[in-house]
Amino acid sequence: MSLYASRRRSNFTAMTLCLIATGIGIIWLFLILFSLILNGLPHLSFSTFVEMTPPPGETGGGLANSIFGTLLMTFLGVGVGAPIGVMAGTYLAEYGRYSKATPAIRFINDILLSAPSIIIGLFIYGLVVLPMKNFSALAGALALAVIVIPIVVRTTEDMLLLVPNTLREAASSMGLPRSHVVWHVAYRAARAGILTGILLGVARIAGETAPLLFTAFSNNFWSASLLKPIASLPTTINSFINTPDANMKELAWTGALIVTLAVLGLNIAARVLGVAKKQQ
Amino acid sequence: MAQVTTSRDPREFISASRSKILSSMATGDRIFAFITRACAYGVFVLLLGIMISLIMGAWPAIKTFGLEFLITRRWAPQLDEPILGALAPIYGTLLTSFIAMLIAVPFGLGIAVFLTELCPIPLRRPIRVAVELLAGVPSIIYGMWGFFVLGPFLVHYVEPPIVWAVQDIPVLNIIFGAEMISNISLFNASLVLAIMILPFVTAIAVDVFSIVPPVLKESAYGIGCTTWEVVTNVVVPYARVGLVGGVMLALGRALGETMAVTYIIGNSFKIDGSIFSPGTTISAAIASEFAESSDLHRSALMYLGLILFILTFLVLAAARLMLMRLEKRAGA
Amino acid sequence: MNEKISIRDLKFFYGTSLALKGINIPLYANKVTAFIGPSGCGKSTLLRVLNRMYDLYPNQHAEGQVMFDGRNILDPDVDLNLLRARIGMLFQKPTPFPMTIYDNIAFGLKLYEKLSKSELDGRVEDALKRSALWSEVKDKLNANGLSLSGGQQQRLCIARTVAIKPEVILFDEPCSALDPISTAKIEELIDELKHDYTIAIVTHNMQQAARVSEHTAFMYLGELIEFDETSKIFTAPHDSRTQDYITGRFG
Repeated sequence: MSLYASRRRSNFTAMTLCLIATGIGIIWLFLILFSLILNGLPHLSFSTFVEMTPPPGETGGGLANSIFGTLLMTFLGVGVGAPIGVMAGTYLAEYGRYSKATPAIRFINDILLSAPSIIIGLFIYGLVVLPMKNFSALAGALALAVIVIPIVVRTTEDMLLLVPNTLREAASSMGLPRSHVVWHVAYRAARAGILTGILLGVARIAGETAPLLFTAFSNNFWSASLLKPIASLPTTINSFINTPDANMKELAWTGALIVTLAVLGLNIAARVLGVAKKQQ
Repeated sequence: MAQVTTSRDPREFISASRSKILSSMATGDRIFAFITRACAYGVFVLLLGIMISLIMGAWPAIKTFGLEFLITRRWAPQLDEPILGALAPIYGTLLTSFIAMLIAVPFGLGIAVFLTELCPIPLRRPIRVAVELLAGVPSIIYGMWGFFVLGPFLVHYVEPPIVWAVQDIPVLNIIFGAEMISNISLFNASLVLAIMILPFVTAIAVDVFSIVPPVLKESAYGIGCTTWEVVTNVVVPYARVGLVGGVMLALGRALGETMAVTYIIGNSFKIDGSIFSPGTTISAAIASEFAESSDLHRSALMYLGLILFILTFLVLAAARLMLMRLEKRAGA
Repeated sequence: MNEKISIRDLKFFYGTSLALKGINIPLYANKVTAFIGPSGCGKSTLLRVLNRMYDLYPNQHAEGQVMFDGRNILDPDVDLNLLRARIGMLFQKPTPFPMTIYDNIAFGLKLYEKLSKSELDGRVEDALKRSALWSEVKDKLNANGLSLSGGQQQRLCIARTVAIKPEVILFDEPCSALDPISTAKIEELIDELKHDYTIAIVTHNMQQAARVSEHTAFMYLGELIEFDETSKIFTAPHDSRTQDYITGRFG
């Protein structure tokens, strides 16, 4: 067999394997979505959103307190984490661009980005839960904020670095103070990218479980207090999975479906926002 | 900045009122600059805070068990004087991550090659979107799906044939042997972890492959190389450092993963060499036992957390350094 | 002719390497001064000293005197923002802000002056008329600045600059990214603007320098080789290097 033919054969084999790998790799998404819809959709109804989590042995019930908890802590987490992240990213790209500390901060930030989220939970446990002597929604929100910060720092810095320097020079050459150059010109130019980064941060923390396990803990009843434990969709799913109670298991699947759709929806929204601005 | 002038040029007047406006903006300017700097240094403070908090929480356990903690296998928190050792969680963490990477990396690279070289252009976007969506699925969903769907499938169709096939082969029948095939095992956990890590590996590999300058690939195609030859002789060598960095980044993620493995790993502190037995990882152990723990037990769990943090820190730091080397090389 | 800006023994450093080797040159009020020379001769560097643009970057500093209004603008306690409001600059690539056409101009104005809506409208219209753009955009003031053509964008930047009433305008190769028709429009504009402003223009296009300026400076390797009235530079230069550059012997 000629050398050329055997080369062609290896190429064909390798490429076919890559194709198969792609097929297998993508299939999981559909299998997971299929399971979620199969198990979670039948029990999804209006009552899911208005009734509280049921105790074992009962039928019915909903996820209202969990959904509320997730919304509350996600909103707070982003509300605290995103501004800090944007400010820090602004420093790295603008004021501190030529500073020697900047590469070090960027390096540390990237490590925090991939740090195990359960460690963040332990950190907030020691910092907030122990002094307060109880679990709380506040602690949960702070844990989520710590997860959001590195994500937003990275995307903000990356987006600001894309803004051409001539734009900044043009603004400075009009006598605009530095903060105005950043706020009115650089931010405006990078606005879509920064918002996309924040949306991705929201998508990430909406589904996080581990950091909430020992900070917000859980709550079987409705709670809107920041200082008391609170339920959230991920922690509720977590506790319902391990029970033998069939009703609770069904609710776990429904909750999983809701969380997954919400997170995927946010991811898609972020992409659309990013793409739409690019075309402008 | 006083301007001594005798002319009545209206421009002078503009200058004086402008300097007033500009000096009033100067304070705001300084405050804004200060806030950005404080937040940036805050990232550093955060890392420091995490380390200190972990060390403080782990201190009682560190004092009691010292470094032997790392090689002690026994985990008996219920004793009056608990004997606790990290060997089982460390073993489980390393083993599950290793197997997960063994599976995910070839698949991820294969998908990346397909996406960057072979895939017809209209299909590229949808497949990339599918991969990114997979990466966005929360880990608890993976854990749940793995526990209720994948696990039973493996237990019924995959594991019995393997156990049967190796039952008389030495060594293999220890690794792949099992007296009882159950839904909870290190192997199942590794597989779920692999599926979860796959999108990360793929995304990083695609990014790394995209840094390779097109002219290099075109030169290789130009002399008649097949796609596979271009990949193995041009793309991979050029991007090698980045690929290793990327793989280590995914490894860092895998090491710290909690919810994907907690349900399906079994929380068992025994080590018997078989991957079909239950086991535990550091994060799974913490997740399972923290709520009901107290005193020394809890401190030992924080000691575990500290070990995990140091481990992931080292892996992620090495990964970032390698990725920086690739970017420098490409002149990015 | 009085000197609006007097440059005396100006040296400029990128790190430790000397890029401008002691420049002495006047910029006359209400006149156009052109700077020509081959790439790397330092003409853009010189221009960017005049509004201390280099201050934005580390490792760049200037020594010497640049006298403007009785003060050396290189002094560390000069208010840079105020300086740049009085000495404006236009860049090679048009840089409209990511805002509407109206906001591009109103933005700087609102910063410095308290104006009512109608006063603001008037100033915007005035600026756009001065930069010969009004008739083309008066019906689409709310369109995004980036939707204009290259030549229009550059004129928008000029409008933005003149709106805040500077005294000096620096042009750094303003037409090199534009087509010949836009270039001609901008050159006409410069001819108009010099009545109200002092203008310095860096250009690699010698014919442009000959068209728009009254005085020309020829620079080479960081030194000022020759400075004279434009007509004299292009017909009877003193230095042989000037002669060689103008006749195209090198460039």
